[in-house]
Amino acid sequence: MNFIDNPGKLRGFEKHIKVEKVSRRSILKGLGITGGFVLAAPVMSRQAFAYETGAGKMPHGVVVDPRVFVSVAPDGIVTILAHRAEMGTGVRTSLPLIVAEEMEADWSRVKVQQAHGDEVKFGNQDTDGSRSTRHYLIPMRQIGASARTMLEQAAAKRWGVPATEVKAINHEVVHSASGRKLGFGELAADAAKESVPSIEGLKLKDPKDFRYLTKGQVGIVDLHDITTGKARYGADVRLPGMKYAVIARPPVTGGKLVSFDPAEAMKISGVEKVMEVRGWPWPSKFQPLGGVAVIARNTGAAIKGRDALKLVWDDGPNGKYDSVAYRKELEEASRKPGLVLRKEGDADAALKGADKVIVGEYYVPHLAHVSMEPPVAVADVKGDKAEIWAPVQSPGGTREDVAKTLGIPEQNVTVNVTLLGGGFGRKSKCDFALEAALLSKELGAPVKVQWTREDDLHNGFLHTVSVERIEAGLDKDGKVIAWRHRSVAPSIASTFAAGTVHQAPFEIGMGLVDMPFEIANISCENPEAAAHTRIGWFRSVSNIPRAFAVQSMVGEVAQATGRDQKETLLALIGSPRIVKPAVKDLWNYGEPLDSYPIDTARLRKVVELVAEKGEWGRQVPKGHGLGIAVHRSFVSYIATIVEVAIDDKGKLTVPRVDTAIDCGTYVNPERIASQIEGAAIMGLSLAKYGEITFKDGKVQQKNFDDFQVIRMDESPLVTNVYIVPPGPDTPPSGVGEPGVPPFAPALINAIFAATGKRIRSLPIGKQLEA
Amino acid sequence: MIKVKINGQEQSWDGDPDLPLLWFLRDEAGLTGTKFGCGQALCGACTVIVDKEAVRACITSISDVAGREVTTIEGLHPNGDHPVQKAWRQVNVPQCGFCQAGQIMQAAALLMDNPKPSHEQIREAMSGNICRCGCYQRIENAVHLASTGV
Ligand code: FES
Ligand code: FES
Repeated sequence: MNFIDNPGKLRGFEKHIKVEKVSRRSILKGLGITGGFVLAAPVMSRQAFAYETGAGKMPHGVVVDPRVFVSVAPDGIVTILAHRAEMGTGVRTSLPLIVAEEMEADWSRVKVQQAHGDEVKFGNQDTDGSRSTRHYLIPMRQIGASARTMLEQAAAKRWGVPATEVKAINHEVVHSASGRKLGFGELAADAAKESVPSIEGLKLKDPKDFRYLTKGQVGIVDLHDITTGKARYGADVRLPGMKYAVIARPPVTGGKLVSFDPAEAMKISGVEKVMEVRGWPWPSKFQPLGGVAVIARNTGAAIKGRDALKLVWDDGPNGKYDSVAYRKELEEASRKPGLVLRKEGDADAALKGADKVIVGEYYVPHLAHVSMEPPVAVADVKGDKAEIWAPVQSPGGTREDVAKTLGIPEQNVTVNVTLLGGGFGRKSKCDFALEAALLSKELGAPVKVQWTREDDLHNGFLHTVSVERIEAGLDKDGKVIAWRHRSVAPSIASTFAAGTVHQAPFEIGMGLVDMPFEIANISCENPEAAAHTRIGWFRSVSNIPRAFAVQSMVGEVAQATGRDQKETLLALIGSPRIVKPAVKDLWNYGEPLDSYPIDTARLRKVVELVAEKGEWGRQVPKGHGLGIAVHRSFVSYIATIVEVAIDDKGKLTVPRVDTAIDCGTYVNPERIASQIEGAAIMGLSLAKYGEITFKDGKVQQKNFDDFQVIRMDESPLVTNVYIVPPGPDTPPSGVGEPGVPPFAPALINAIFAATGKRIRSLPIGKQLEA
Repeated sequence: MIKVKINGQEQSWDGDPDLPLLWFLRDEAGLTGTKFGCGQALCGACTVIVDKEAVRACITSISDVAGREVTTIEGLHPNGDHPVQKAWRQVNVPQCGFCQAGQIMQAAALLMDNPKPSHEQIREAMSGNICRCGCYQRIENAVHLASTGV
């Protein structure tokens, strides 16, 4: 049995794997605020709602318990816990806002408190996969409604009236018949004695009475602190006696330290110590790579000390990794049959019999997250206790891994979650926190481990590199009758298990086998590819290369048949229907297909909406072009139109972007817009510049000068966002990631419209220069 | 002994004179509002104002600012109500927020120098500051708003 068949409960890997439900055994304490809710009653976590999500299948599932998430102080201040990590999506605002809405709390009297890592207590905390709203909209509403019900019951008792006669309105409970009112603070102590109502009996607010949800008028809770420099990120944690460390890590994945000479480093003013850090053999999940740490009184001294180290490495088995040669390997593999993952009709025969076959080989290189805040963590390990402060997307997983790495019980580990200066999947891996824990243990002092930008580029968990080869067979009327897509890329699973050569279910489910076109003969294949560096989740993951390939091919079909891109796209999507790909155990972002089917009516809808609002077909000046692309990912539907302008030197600018998103029932349209605006920038960055290359096993890029991202002078002049109004009971779906995948192909299709040049290899780089 | 005025307060340093101002601010003076993003003057996260000019604290040594006046995000306005800060909040600029102190300091320096910048001038002046989250459209709008009165 290999790892892919039985990944057990390896966190971060899973996601599509069943994890047995943790019993809600522990009766959990409230926040410990005097006079607050300290409630006692069994609590259940089943969702009594019109749809099911995959939330219960995540490690530790969902906890629906007002005693865990809400407390009301006698002065009326309501404290709501945010148990997911804030990396810029707005989740630290949105989830507590849902509770406040249902509770009838006045947002100006709500405090948000960040939960530490404890999944038994709070439920799953992995902030990734664009899941927070989708998994927590209903649980947060239920938590708020429970708290409201308890406050109402307490008031009714106080007044000796039936609970049905009272109503919570804006931080008070009101008995309208008598005109009596009591504030939440005055009711807190009594409400705490009420039993927690059963979820089945809860009455949720009618959405037409919402004051905050769907309105988009509440700023993020950290807005003032961010604009005044008070917001605390991982790097901003300071403890008494804390040491500052940077680490020299093996430059090649799987490499090892042979020897080091600390003498010169020790001469640097401020350097206190040079020491070896333990590393784990590759592949080692999220364990540290090892190397040599320089400990100093400040980060500047530590960096200077590291520069002075003399280091000898053994590069190990990946010492020959070379991006140019590897690309050839991938291309060759893509030209031969691979493991067949989806087969409908007979693509081979149909391609042979086709009137015309279009072949596209699309390349997307390794990408680095370069979150603005490089990885950083503070640890204070004393005896068998450890406290961590870190910007982690996985507080629960970090706690487990720190405990395992130090060999101490999980209850002895406290993980404090700071704000994240960007995450994009990089901070789902807690290696930097483990490094800090190991160093603190050895030094017997609190330590901050700071990664430099060079470290971030050289020792990250990169986005995979892939060749996507699509062959589309057309009949004599230009209709696509055959589709063969071979996707070749090293898998994220290679970071967990040696010898991995195939994509994992959660990767092939991202735009390969879930391809929604109405085509009679389909073959989706996955030839083998071995990894030579650490591969990890990067915002949108495999959807980036897949959407790039599939939606570029739509443009190529339009080009070959002389038809309009949008009409070609709609023709390929075909009739409004539920797509049921012939795939065993289709991975659907961890969601049940009943609640989250592949619905081409919704796919068509976003195409039509963006075409209408984005004025598809409008006249554009010479040298400009329009491109369109659509993609379903993270169970949301997104279509983008990009207008590009190319001058006679091949310089590319983007005057306008229009995006339509259907993310089902939503909470905060203002943050949805900000995510989509940001996705356009990230999409443009990766399309124009994004490329990490290897030579002799080493990453060749060092910093933002050679791994460029879009700056303001190149950013789109305007990005318009249109949100599809949800139908009743449409389940919420992802927002953080889905905006990225359609951007690059829409841009590439636009470039073709502007110049007649078809770009199949990213980044665009200098390909447009004459 | 190097003396420097930071946010109106006299500070001194007798360690390595080449220590980048960034690390002096963050690790020695405890002013963590100024951020580290690249260390090579490539991202602008560490932008502070020295006298009246925006500088990158990561490549400015502490000895370079001896006897000069440094303003960090913490000292931009006593209540955080500098027009740029107010505009930032009105436009809901930040996503993760990590780049924003640098962006705000850069914008404040721009407006000191050019109180009514055009959109092109804003885009140019702000292009040394990377926002990986991609808040550029809002940053541009916020600078414009700050220049026209919040
Ligand atoms: S940290 Fe100074 S410019 Fe990036
Ligand atoms: S807001 Fe995240 S980097 Fe700018």
